[in-house]
Amino acid sequence: MPGRSESVISVEPVPGVAKPDPILTIDSVRRLFGGVKAVDVAHLEIQRGTITSLIGPNGAGKTTLFNVLTGFDEADDGTWHLNGGPLVGVPSFRVARKGMVRTFQLTRSLARLSVMENVLLAAKNQSGETLRGSVLGRWRSVEEANTKRAAVLLERFGLDTMAQEYAGTLSGGQRKLLEMARALMVEPELVMLDEPTAGVNPALTQSLLEHIKEVRAEGRTVIFIEHDMDVVHEISDWVVVLSQGSVIAEGKPDQISTNPDVIDAYLGRHHGSV
Amino acid sequence: MDWSIILVNAIRAAIGVPAAAYALSAVGLNLQFGYTGLLNFGHVASMAVGAYGLALTVDMGGPMWLGLIVGVLAALALAVLLGYPTLRLRADYLAIVTIAAGEILRLTVRSTFAAPLTGGVFGVQRFANPFFAINPIPEGRYGFGRLGFDERSVWVLLVGWTAVVLAVLFVTRLIRSPWGRVVRAIRDDEDATMSLGKNVFYYKMQSLMIGGVIGALAGMYLAIDQQNVVPDAYIPLLTFYAFTVVIIGGPGTLVGPVVGSIVFWFLFEFIDGVMTFVVLEGWTGDLFQTTDIGAMKFVLFGLGLMTLMIYRPQGLFGSREEMMIDAR
Repeated sequence: MPGRSESVISVEPVPGVAKPDPILTIDSVRRLFGGVKAVDVAHLEIQRGTITSLIGPNGAGKTTLFNVLTGFDEADDGTWHLNGGPLVGVPSFRVARKGMVRTFQLTRSLARLSVMENVLLAAKNQSGETLRGSVLGRWRSVEEANTKRAAVLLERFGLDTMAQEYAGTLSGGQRKLLEMARALMVEPELVMLDEPTAGVNPALTQSLLEHIKEVRAEGRTVIFIEHDMDVVHEISDWVVVLSQGSVIAEGKPDQISTNPDVIDAYLGRHHGSV
Repeated sequence: MDWSIILVNAIRAAIGVPAAAYALSAVGLNLQFGYTGLLNFGHVASMAVGAYGLALTVDMGGPMWLGLIVGVLAALALAVLLGYPTLRLRADYLAIVTIAAGEILRLTVRSTFAAPLTGGVFGVQRFANPFFAINPIPEGRYGFGRLGFDERSVWVLLVGWTAVVLAVLFVTRLIRSPWGRVVRAIRDDEDATMSLGKNVFYYKMQSLMIGGVIGALAGMYLAIDQQNVVPDAYIPLLTFYAFTVVIIGGPGTLVGPVVGSIVFWFLFEFIDGVMTFVVLEGWTGDLFQTTDIGAMKFVLFGLGLMTLMIYRPQGLFGSREEMMIDAR
């Protein structure tokens, strides 16, 4: 089993702390819905090569933060950088091309495309996707190479036997796997998974977690939103806790589970008192 | 009354100029609606700008080939104009804007202030003479018996169905390429497609433009055959005929729009013929006159379409398996 990342071992568990080699840095990002601050992150760095869990109570702003960072929503304020390059105002499709690919909380398989087509679609180098390239028709050799790469991914995620089926015929769990395979086909540096284990049975959850660890072992960075603390404990190198839009704590998993602010956020300020 | 006459008339309609024009128009609409999922309710506007682009160019003294180019450019401009503000929004907005734009265009063209340019409600006539002047078909009658055509009809039909075949081949090439995979992905889920690095807006615009140009060619073709463009020919009903054709054939199928158009025009003429026969035989008594046939034809056609939707919602050529998949 691929081991954990050692890179954050000596980082102080303080909200907004600097990391040795951040792939993503977020500064003063705010997203308001009317009067409600859905996201209000002063500073956050994501260490390269780690699995960072983003946790927090319902409505803490985790998905909104994802949406803002990946260009699916607009921030009211703030900046964020991927590998030092600014991402503010970059449209979502370009964010993906820059190497930051996300999945969705409610899986979005492209139902009337085959499983194989779903994965092939994600390839970045297909000139046949332009009108000109499509008409000229010189895309077949690239397609062949991509098909080989896609087949390897589908086998890795146990979907190879389903390759020619419509993605709409897959089970909920298989769709989660397909979404991950598809995201990896983009060859991202940073994978952002929005609740990959939601509504998935325990056995499949375990297999999903192994896949996520493999992604880290390939040298990619993973941020994922998760609710199950056991899951968070099992695979995260680092945990960021969001509450009411702000980062209230970050640290290694065991540091987080004993953090009084986190317990307050989840259980309410007055827990324990009668 | 002879059944064979009814049948021959229906066959004539099925391979006739309107059938070819609607097949072509539907090939364009099918790319937009069937493959990309764009709800374009103003397809008739593309046909109108194509026809007017051609007619006005020739009317002002230009050659026909230039008119063809003007018509195509007008369709491209229309697609950009309609697509730019709406394609970033949800699908419904495109539908609202396009249906309105089609009507605005028609009403503007027929208005008094535009009349010096467009000819107002009377439109423009006799602009396609060069097209008939280059007819290579020798004079005579072709075909057999009642299913015969003169050299003019043969020329027009030949050009029309050739255009249909070329358009289908072109769309086939696009759809079977990675470009086609992207637009089909957009039809299923725009956000997912965007999250994989595809510029969804750009593809939707391309689809709208290509479909619009094919629609414009269909509009030009009809106008050439009739040697006539009048604004009130371009009512929203034409768009809905085109949708009907696409749906009969099966949205998102390559030959569906062509077969859909043939079936559409065949049935239309056939129902008309049968009803006329029934009424003239006096089987309906006083209940039903020949003047009611026009309206009743639409009622029966609507019933037929509903039956198709219930028992074969994927159209004649669509895949039921694909249809039954919930897109989300």
